Amino acid sequence: MEHIVIIGNGISGITAARHIRKLSDKKITVISAESEYFFSRTALMYVYMGHMTFSHTQPYENWFWTKNNITLKKAYVQAVDTDNKTLHFSDDSPLRYDKLIIASGSKPNKFGWPGEHLKGVQGLYSKPDLELLEINAPNNKICKRAVIVGGGLIGIELAEMLSSRQIPVTFLVRESSFWNNVLPENDSQLVTEHIKNHHIDLRLSSNLKEIKSDDHGKVKSIVIEETGEEIPCNFVGLTAGVSPNINFLKSSKINTNKGVVVNRFLETNIEDVYAIGDCAEQLEPIGNRRSIEAVWYTGRMMGEVIAQTICIQKMPYQPSHWFNSAKFFDIEYQTYGWVNNEKNKPECESHFHWKDKDHLKCITIAYNKNTNAFLGINAFGIRLRHETFETWLNEGRDVDYVINHLEEANFDPEFSKTYHPKIQNAYNRQLQHEL
Amino acid sequence: MSTEKQISMSLAKPESTGLSLTQKVALGLGLAGLFILMLAGFNTYFPNKGLFLTLSLVCIATGTIIFSNALYLNKSKGIKNDGVWFKSISSRGTLGWITGVFLTGFYIILYFYPEYLGLGISGNSNSGLIALFDPLSKLLNGNPASQWFVYGTLYTLAILIFGYKFILKYRHNRYQQLRTISVMFFQLGFAFLIPEFMSRLNQSTEYNLPYYDLKSMWPLNYYLFDSWSVNGLLSSGNLGLAMLIFGILSIFVISPILTYKYGKRWYCSWVCGCGGLAETVGDPFRQLSSKKQSAWKIERWLIHTVLVFSVIMTIAVIYSYLDKNPSNYWLSSKAFLMGSGLLLTLLFSVVILFKRHELGKDARYGAIDYFIIILSLFILYVTGTSEQIFLIKPSSLRSAYGFYIGSIFSGVIGTGFYPILGNRVWCRFGCPMAAVLGFQQRLFSKFRITTNGGQCISCGNCSTYCEMGIDVRAYAQKGENIVRSSCVGCGICSAVCPRGVLKLENSSMKGRINANEILLGNDVNLIDLLTKK
Ligand SMILES: Cc1cc2nc3c(=O)[nH]c(=O)nc-3n(C[C@H](O)[C@H](O)[C@H](O)COP(=O)(O)OP(=O)(O)OC[C@H]3O[C@@H](n4cnc5c(N)ncnc54)[C@H](O)[C@@H]3O)c2cc1C
Ligand code: SF4
Ligand code: SF4
Repeated sequence: MEHIVIIGNGISGITAARHIRKLSDKKITVISAESEYFFSRTALMYVYMGHMTFSHTQPYENWFWTKNNITLKKAYVQAVDTDNKTLHFSDDSPLRYDKLIIASGSKPNKFGWPGEHLKGVQGLYSKPDLELLEINAPNNKICKRAVIVGGGLIGIELAEMLSSRQIPVTFLVRESSFWNNVLPENDSQLVTEHIKNHHIDLRLSSNLKEIKSDDHGKVKSIVIEETGEEIPCNFVGLTAGVSPNINFLKSSKINTNKGVVVNRFLETNIEDVYAIGDCAEQLEPIGNRRSIEAVWYTGRMMGEVIAQTICIQKMPYQPSHWFNSAKFFDIEYQTYGWVNNEKNKPECESHFHWKDKDHLKCITIAYNKNTNAFLGINAFGIRLRHETFETWLNEGRDVDYVINHLEEANFDPEFSKTYHPKIQNAYNRQLQHEL
Repeated sequence: MSTEKQISMSLAKPESTGLSLTQKVALGLGLAGLFILMLAGFNTYFPNKGLFLTLSLVCIATGTIIFSNALYLNKSKGIKNDGVWFKSISSRGTLGWITGVFLTGFYIILYFYPEYLGLGISGNSNSGLIALFDPLSKLLNGNPASQWFVYGTLYTLAILIFGYKFILKYRHNRYQQLRTISVMFFQLGFAFLIPEFMSRLNQSTEYNLPYYDLKSMWPLNYYLFDSWSVNGLLSSGNLGLAMLIFGILSIFVISPILTYKYGKRWYCSWVCGCGGLAETVGDPFRQLSSKKQSAWKIERWLIHTVLVFSVIMTIAVIYSYLDKNPSNYWLSSKAFLMGSGLLLTLLFSVVILFKRHELGKDARYGAIDYFIIILSLFILYVTGTSEQIFLIKPSSLRSAYGFYIGSIFSGVIGTGFYPILGNRVWCRFGCPMAAVLGFQQRLFSKFRITTNGGQCISCGNCSTYCEMGIDVRAYAQKGENIVRSSCVGCGICSAVCPRGVLKLENSSMKGRINANEILLGNDVNLIDLLTKK
C-alpha cells in the first residue's frame, strides 16, 4: 500500500490527510513536532484570553484519528533524503515514504535586532509560544508593561490578548497608520483610532532599535530608532510577520527559495514530493496573489487540491477570488476581491468610502474608474456574504450594481441596523459631486 | 458612545483583575437582600413582612443592576468573554460547585420538603420564608403564598434582573436584546401575573381555573390533561373552555406554523420560561455543555425516552379519564386510543415517505419511538381499565412522570446543575417539548444557520459557547449549513464568531441542508466536479 507521509499537522497537512482518507485507503502518517493533535493556530489568542481552553482549539476529538486510520507521529524531521525516500529524525529510526507532502508552516520573523534572544522576548506562532507567554506575561504584576513590535494581524491580536489581562501595551508600528501597507488610508485610520480607544499606546512610524537586558539576561527596556526614547518593559512581542519554516530542508535536494518552490500542481522539483500551505512558494504568483500566501484558508484549499492529485487525477491549485477576514479588537473585518492601498493601487483603481458616524463601521469599494467594474470591497463592522461577492465578481458586475444590491450581500445577524440606504445615499452624493 | 470615541492614551487607570469598588458595593447590596431571605428562612420574626420583602427584593435587583452597569457600561461594545475559563464560578471551579450544590439543595427542599421553607401544612398559616411572601401573594391573588408562589416570584425576578445584565452584555447585538426582552415579557406577564390574576378569578364560584401558564404547551405542561386540570377548565365557563381550546390549538396549529416559519427558537429562545432562565441566569454557564459526540448520543437517547414517556403518560391519563366518565363525552376511551394510534401512524408514514433521506440515521430513533408508543397503545387497549393501566394505577404513572421528569430532571438537575453541566441540561437532554419542536425543525422548517462560504478559521468559539453542545464548528469549517433538531436558535454562536461566519436565517426549504466537500473560494472546476458527482 502506498505510504503518504505529511510533515506538519496544521490546517494544510490535516486537510490533505482527511481528504486523502476520504478518497482512498492509502497509508497516511502525519508528523509534527509541535503538538500531538491538530489544533487551530488562529484560536491561540482565545486561550490566553480565557474564552476557551486549549482543548477547545482542537477541531476533532482524539478518537477521530484512529477511527480514520490516520497515524500521528510526534517527532521533529531533521532531514529529508529524497534519493532514498526517507525522513530522518533526531531520536528515532528513519521513516520511508512513497509520497511526501511538506506542510511545515511558518515561523516568526526576526531581523537580527540586538537583544532579540533575551528572556522575555518572544513571537506568537506556536503552542510553545503560548505556554511561554503564560510565563513571561501572566498578569500585570509580573509584566508591568509589554512592547509589541510589528503592526500586522498577529501584532494586534497580541495587543488585545495582553490588554485582556490589563497589561499596559506599547505597540511599535513601522507604518504611519496601522496596517496601511495593506489597507487604504481611510480604513487604516478607523482601525488606528479604535486601537487607541482600547488604551493601547500606539507608536506609529516607529522602529525598534534595540532591546536592553537587565543583569539576569532578561529584557529591561527597548529603544525606539526614530526618537531614541527608551521604554521600560518586562516583555517584548516580536510580530513582524512570518516566513516559511523550511530550515530542515536546506540540506535536501528540494528546491527552496523563501519557501519550498512549487508549480501550479504543488509539485516540487523532486518527483513525489509536494508542498502546501504557508511553506509553499508559487513559482509564478497566481493573479494578484502573493507567491507565499500565509493564510488559513489557502492552506486548506491546497490540502483539498493535493488530495485530488494524489488520489484521483492531477489537479492545479487555482483559487477563485481573493477573500480574507480578521478582527481588530471589537471590529470585524472582511474583504472580497482586491482593494489596494494608495501606494499599490494601479492608476485605474478608484475607491468609494463610507464611514458610520460611530467610527466603528466603514466600507471601501474599489472599482475601475474607466470601466466602472467592481474590483473588491473592504468591510469593517459589517458582515458580508462571501457567496454573493463570489457571484458578483464572476459576473463582472459594476460598482453601481454592487452599491444598489448591497442588501443582498448583508450577513449581519437578524434585526441588526441596516446601513445600505446610508451607503447608497453617500454614494449618490459623491457621484453628483463628481459630475 | 462619547466615551468610546474619545481617544485616550492614559494608562494611569489600568483596570484591576478583581472587582471594582462599585462592583463590591453592588455585590454587598445583593447579598444583603439574599440575607433577609435567609433570615426569614430561619424563622426570624419580621414585624412588617411587606416592608422587608420589598427591601430584600429591591436590594437584590439594584445590586444586580449596579453590578452589571459597572461590569459592562464602561467597556466598548463587543464580545465579553475575557477570563470566562479563569473564573471559578464559570469554569467548574470551587465556586461553581458550591453554587451547584446550593441550587440543587434549594430545589430538593422546594419540591420535596416545602415545610422547611415554612409552608403551612393542614390549615396552619405559613411561617418562615413563605410567610414573608404572603403580603405580595395576597396583593396579587388574594391568598397566602405557597412554595410555588415564592419560587415563581424569585424565578421571575431572576429572569428580569439577569435579563438586564444580558442585554448590557450584548449591547452590540439587537437579536440578543430583542429575544431577551421577549422572554422577560413572557415570564412576567404569562407565567407570573396572568396565572395570579386567574386564581383571583377563582374567588368567584363561577371559576375553578387550574394554574395555567398560557405560553406553556403540552408536553411541557404535562398536567394540562390531568383530570383536575380538565375538570377545572371545563367548569369555568367560556373562559375555561377557551383556554382548553387554546391549549390544544397551540400544540396542533400555532406551534407547527411558527416552527415552520422560524424554527423552534420562536419558543425556546423567545418565549419559554425554562429557556428564559437558561439564557439569563444561566448565561455564564453556557460554555460548560459537553460537545463530545458521546454526549450527543446520550442526548438523543434520553430526549427520545422522555418524549415517549410523556406521550404514553398523557394518552394513558386521558384514556383513564374518559374511561371513568364514559357518559360525559362523545369520545369513548377506546375510540380515543384508536384515534391517537391512527394519527401517529399517519404522521409516521408521511415522515418516512417524504423525509426519509433528510432524516438519515435519525430515522431509526423515530421508528423506535413510534413502535414503542404503538405497542403501548395496543397494550392499553387490550388490558387497560380505568383502575389499572400497564398493571399500575394511571395516577402512579402520572406521578412517576411528575416526580422523575417534572421535578428531578427539569428542576433539580436542569437548573441545579447549571454550573456543572451547562445552562440547558434540561432543554437538551430532557424536554419533551424541545424534542417535538426539534423534530419539526429538522424536517419542516425554514430555519437554518447559514455559514459564510470559506471564512471559517476553525477557531472553535461557536462550539464552545453553544449551550446545546452542538459542535457548530464541525459544520462551519465545511461551509455546511447547521440544521440540527436541538438548536434553540439562541444566536450566540453567530455573536461570538470573530469572522462573521454564522447567520441565523429563515429561508426557502430547498437546499437547506448542503453538504460541501470543497470550500467556496477554491477552484471553480473542482467545486463543479465534486458537486456533479
Ligand atoms: C496567532 C495567529 C493568528 C492567525 N490568525 C489567522 C487568521 O485569523 N486568519 C488566517 O487566515 N490566518 C491566520 N493565521 C495564519 C494561519 O494560522 C496559518 O496560515 C496557518 O496555520 C498555516 O497552516 P499550515 O498548515 O501551512 O502550517 P502550520 O499551522 O504552521 O503547521 C505546520 C506544522 O508543522 C510542524 N513542523 C514544521 N517543521 C517540522 C519538522 N521539521 N518536523 C516536524 N514538524 C514540523 C510545525 O511545528 C507545525 O506544527 C494566524 C496565525 C497565527 C500564528
Ligand atoms: S447552534 Fe448556535 S443558535 Fe443553535 S443553540 Fe447552538 S449557539 Fe445557539
Ligand atoms: S464559525 Fe466562527 S466561531 Fe466557529 S470556528 Fe468558524 S470562525 Fe470560529
